[in-house]
Amino acid sequence: MSSELQYKVIVGLEIHVQLCTKSKMFCSCAVEFGQPPNSRVCPVCLGMPGVLPVMNKQAVEYAVLAAMALNCEIAEHTKWDRKSYYYPDLPKNYQISQYDLPLSSNGFIEIPLEEGRTKRIGIIRAHLEEDAGKNLHPAGNFSQVDLNRTGTPLLEIVTEPDMSSAAEVRALAVELQRMVRYLSVSEADMQKGHMRFEPNINLVITKDGQEYKTPIVEVKNLNSFRALEKSVNYEIQRQIDEFLETGKTIETGNKSTRGWDDDREVTVLQREKEEAPDYRYFPDPDLVPVEFTNEWLDDIRSRLCELPIERQTRYVNEYKLSDYDAGVLTAERLTSDLFEKIVAKGCDPKRACNLLTQEGLRLAKERNCSVSELGIKAENVAKLANIVEAGDISASASSPIFINMVETKKDPWSIAEELNLIQKSDAGELETIVDQVLTENPKAVDDVKSGGKKNKKAQGFLLGQVMQKTKGQANPKIVSQILAKKLG
Amino acid sequence: MENLSAIQLRDKIAAGQISSVEATTAIFKNIEEREPTIGAYISTYHDSALEKAAEVDKRIAAGQEVGRLAGVPVAVKDNMCTTFGATTCASKILENFHAPYNATAVEKLLSADAVIVGKTNMDEFAMGSSTENSGLKQTVNPWDRSRVPGGSSGGSAAAVVGGLCLAALGSDTGGSIRQPAGFCGVVGLKPTYGRVSRFGLVAYGSSLDQIGPITRTAADAALMMNVIAGHDPADSTSVDEAVAPVCDYLEKLDEPIEKLKIAVVPEFVTGADQQVQKALAEAIDIYKKLGAEVIEITMPHLDYAIAAYYVIATAEASSNLARYDGVHYGHRSENAADYVEVYSKSRAEAFGKEVKRRIMLGTYTLSSGYYDAYYLKALKVRNLIRADFTHAFEKCEAILMPVSPTTAFKIGEKVDDPLTMYLSDIYTIAANLAGVPGISIPCGFDESDLPIGLQILSPAFTEDKLLRIARMYEMQTDWHTRKPSLIN
Repeated sequence: MSSELQYKVIVGLEIHVQLCTKSKMFCSCAVEFGQPPNSRVCPVCLGMPGVLPVMNKQAVEYAVLAAMALNCEIAEHTKWDRKSYYYPDLPKNYQISQYDLPLSSNGFIEIPLEEGRTKRIGIIRAHLEEDAGKNLHPAGNFSQVDLNRTGTPLLEIVTEPDMSSAAEVRALAVELQRMVRYLSVSEADMQKGHMRFEPNINLVITKDGQEYKTPIVEVKNLNSFRALEKSVNYEIQRQIDEFLETGKTIETGNKSTRGWDDDREVTVLQREKEEAPDYRYFPDPDLVPVEFTNEWLDDIRSRLCELPIERQTRYVNEYKLSDYDAGVLTAERLTSDLFEKIVAKGCDPKRACNLLTQEGLRLAKERNCSVSELGIKAENVAKLANIVEAGDISASASSPIFINMVETKKDPWSIAEELNLIQKSDAGELETIVDQVLTENPKAVDDVKSGGKKNKKAQGFLLGQVMQKTKGQANPKIVSQILAKKLG
Repeated sequence: MENLSAIQLRDKIAAGQISSVEATTAIFKNIEEREPTIGAYISTYHDSALEKAAEVDKRIAAGQEVGRLAGVPVAVKDNMCTTFGATTCASKILENFHAPYNATAVEKLLSADAVIVGKTNMDEFAMGSSTENSGLKQTVNPWDRSRVPGGSSGGSAAAVVGGLCLAALGSDTGGSIRQPAGFCGVVGLKPTYGRVSRFGLVAYGSSLDQIGPITRTAADAALMMNVIAGHDPADSTSVDEAVAPVCDYLEKLDEPIEKLKIAVVPEFVTGADQQVQKALAEAIDIYKKLGAEVIEITMPHLDYAIAAYYVIATAEASSNLARYDGVHYGHRSENAADYVEVYSKSRAEAFGKEVKRRIMLGTYTLSSGYYDAYYLKALKVRNLIRADFTHAFEKCEAILMPVSPTTAFKIGEKVDDPLTMYLSDIYTIAANLAGVPGISIPCGFDESDLPIGLQILSPAFTEDKLLRIARMYEMQTDWHTRKPSLIN
């Protein structure tokens, strides 16, 4: 009976994205990672008596830009609310956030799935708030608080529960990362905690022809794609097991919050809804409401760029790249921008793509940087693509030339000359060599002419001989043509 | 010294008739003699005051330009942050708190070359109407040491009338400048919300708090306003001067307003003490003699002001005071076993009874399930009261009413009956809810020889007119020149 169990997965996601503003959300402290504890703080973010927050306009603009990319409606006016709870990493013991009038709502994001398919995930809202600090627990009978992060602007995005697998959840997270990076509103560096995820998961289980919904579980504070995906998969299985064991449904069980244990790869119960805190939201009297004028919104809108998913689709449709290649190229904006520039110089997009995704990516990986950081000129890559295209060098020779280009920044043609990689395409010269090879290998010539089974192999052999004599510099295409002519 | 106003002293100092060092020394002699009785100050700064006085004298002697308060000894309520000394808010929780910044108003006093002699006592966190809620000391009314000086700026008012400074800063959330000024027979001005920066003023009810002067004359209040008024980028709720320009409050002060139209609200003042009502009637007569037209109006929602105030102010206070938790600064319990106890015990040990009462009230009204019934309702009442003022000011330029229903009451008389205590603010609270300016000026004495205050309210950002109306009355009377017997 249970082996016949059918179920649907329902996941909604809350995502916190740290915006890469110069200064914090409500004070002028620098937003910098990895600095000595409590070195990027001031009376305002320390929550000292009598100080007042002053809104960072750049943070609002970044948030609106992201909200526009998420196809959200931007509120005509928005306000700031205080969310109260006591925790040592929150010096005021309230967080300035947005409650009932978020700056944006009601949008969607297209996420890429396999084989070029996409899925639209609804966005309930996206609002701004300030981050808390960090509690540190060194050995000993005390804890420490580092408030460098306190007051950093965070964009909180809440999706509709539109995702139906861990893979989709991951795809959304990755797509969002790519998007905010394209918009330059966040570095979205997972290692630095710039993106944190909280999936809400439950299942609709069909058993004996009846549907049961399992209680919703929120998994807190996941900061890697891996943990996100694994925790969702874990929860799916755990909820199935729990249902079979207890029969608890959304009507009979409580919504609960669970944490992710990265070592054991399990979720752990933190609290059930009954004990849910009352945040006592109310409008922050220290801040004035924000009014969005059309002029202001137009100005922000003008900073929107082509989004990564749009580019990816365009590369497939327009350049006939594979969805995979298009995905690789658009994973990072600067790489994609470089590709655009290369293509704009006039070369075959497929060849440019190959150069970047093969040689480029390999080198970048070696150097632990991105392709865009290799320092190659678009013009040179375009030239290299065209030289290969014209047959002046072999496809395999493009690799050493690309590497050399990265190291020396030289023009690919001069590199090819220096490395003696220019293919011999002079038909006259090659004919002489072909004649010589034919004379030296009568057996192979016979095999070709007999047209039997050995024909193809013999042709390859003769071509190989010519390449050997020319030390690999003959243009194999032209050699083949000559061979065909002479033997045909 | 006793008979000089701040302006007169300033002019004498500027003219070389008296040095600031002499004046400051005289003030400290008064402090030495009277402060043990009055108890106006939480801290005094003899050395730094004389240093500043000497510096001002030197600059005057050298013919250098000096500020508008050059050499004048002034006092600051101890809820304004200063880089010198502690900023205690008369609370044990901040008893040893030293701010690394000056409140903007303090900074402006210093830039105007005022000599700050000390920081005055107050009800803890400005919560009270008698200064009896100070967690640190008792202040008495210089007119009768068995009586309260009013509150919460009781120390400032007592210091001004007691000859312990020439002028002082107070703060007014529900009457905390005007009521003690009334009880002590001095002038107290609560400016329009947003006229004076709140930066560095330790918050009680952020949407109501406003810093203002307590002085011996209306002219001195105008002078103080010239120094402290204006936009501050560090306070988002301070009003843009392009929207509401700051004027020179002294410039036209002595010009009476022709065809002045003032209003009284008869049904609202029937609850006041007979002698208070009589003094008000006499004040009205003086205005009539000066040619003012006096009309009777109704303001139907004023009766609900106290109720709305104690919901809004306490709600904001419960959030504003959350930061005093013993984690980052201020009193920390030595008996805490874990971090939750750091919060609960530190706060339980160091907050006074009234502060705890208001934190609990505010926490309750913001709680889920009660928010709509209390906080939201109170905001609606606040809007109705605002509308009452808008309608009233369509018919008149100012409204006259008592400052408080009684003169100064006995120490201890109301401490066990908070609701009766709250009623002493019945006439002052509405101005805070509506954000309009209000002034308290001496208008007589009762049979016990205690000062009676006259309150004048005017439309937002018309402090210039308000001061002129006060000055019209002051020129016809000598109440403001009388001194308590303690001084003579």
